[in-house]
Amino acid sequence: MLRALIALMLTLSFFSVAQAQEAETPVSDRSATGGAQTLEDILARQRGEEVDNSFRSESIGDPDSAAGLANQLGTLGGASDPELWRALRFGEANITASNNGPAATTLVQDGGMRWLTFRQGPLISFAGYLLGGTLLLLLIFFLVRGRIRIDGEKTGRKIERFKAIERIAHWMLAGSFIVLGLTGIITLIGRKFLIPLFGHDAFATLAIGSKWVHNNVSWAFMIALVMIFVMWVIHNLPDRTDLHWLRKGGGIFSKGHPPAKKFNAGQKLIFWSVIVLGTSISVTGLALLFPFEINMFAATFSKLQAIGITHLPGMGELPTTLAPHEEMQYAQLWHALVSFVLIAIIFAHIYIGTVGMEGAYDAMGSGEVEEQWAREHHSLWVDEVKAKEVETPKAPESATPAE
Amino acid sequence: MKAMFIAFAAIAVIAVGSNLILGQVGFSSQDRAAGSAVRLDD
Repeated sequence: MLRALIALMLTLSFFSVAQAQEAETPVSDRSATGGAQTLEDILARQRGEEVDNSFRSESIGDPDSAAGLANQLGTLGGASDPELWRALRFGEANITASNNGPAATTLVQDGGMRWLTFRQGPLISFAGYLLGGTLLLLLIFFLVRGRIRIDGEKTGRKIERFKAIERIAHWMLAGSFIVLGLTGIITLIGRKFLIPLFGHDAFATLAIGSKWVHNNVSWAFMIALVMIFVMWVIHNLPDRTDLHWLRKGGGIFSKGHPPAKKFNAGQKLIFWSVIVLGTSISVTGLALLFPFEINMFAATFSKLQAIGITHLPGMGELPTTLAPHEEMQYAQLWHALVSFVLIAIIFAHIYIGTVGMEGAYDAMGSGEVEEQWAREHHSLWVDEVKAKEVETPKAPESATPAE
Repeated sequence: MKAMFIAFAAIAVIAVGSNLILGQVGFSSQDRAAGSAVRLDD
């Protein structure tokens, strides 16, 4: 085991050396420009290559070695105008601002353009392919498999599956998620698709409304997320029945149903996706609700860097110092990306809870399910419920205490 | 269905309530960023 670990570490270290050699850019000769950037630097940047900017970021003048006031250029104070601008550009200038905002002293940050192009381009495309693809897969699944019917004969008896408070929490989470999804998408695609469609004025009204709804409905989502977690976590801890259920593929394409407790392995996957992704969305959402107050991306990137994740193939260096605005940009991108993944998962959840399966909707509709449905999909849970009913009969027949 | 409508009503109540509360806890851009010399309300 130890030998394998050493071999792995050696391989990784060789890999990182090889990568460092590849990434090394040839040192440009800038003597012709007196140390300023050359045509080659500019062309390399235009080709999208990584240019080592340290020759600019470190060239910000030196007030300590300034010429005396009476000497030539002495009034510049040791830094020329270009050096001052470079100091502003690379966040090295000593700035005093009269307003109090956490980002008030960041006058120039260059993450915005990268953020804008990613937000307008790859992010929207990713969302389109993911959500469109999911809907298409569900449609194909419906055409191939059809509605999952109750196999046996209906008993006409009902079993309570979810109490009123559980259903209220579920619908609070569901309702707020749909509203947040719609208003979030309006905010994301507004500039690219909605303004061209119905103009700036109409979109401005829609955007202000969307922002109000998105910011305020978010609290209902977070409250419901906590309620759902507290009420259902005990039923969603993984156990041995899940392995069997997963091996059988949930019985989707086979005859018969693998046994399951209150929640089967598929539902547990949905539960944990909602909890983990929902929490991630909530935390980044809070960072966006309270601008510049919650900064976590620089710290996360440092940790990822420290455990060596950046040496993995396809991973580059991660920025470990971020301007306050860049923290917000990453928060927005992560917020949107994770939300789209959760929306895709919820599409599948809505499908199987409504048109995809006969009898499933009742669990959240009236809270009471057909006993035959329960026996087919949650046989172990029905046994538990029945056993409890025997232990504590609804109408006590004798007045003697059970002890 | 009743649970669903109660939940949707709760969402609306929470949204309006949070809007009222958040306006008063001092986290608006004006509260966070403007100095004492700035008078945005007047």
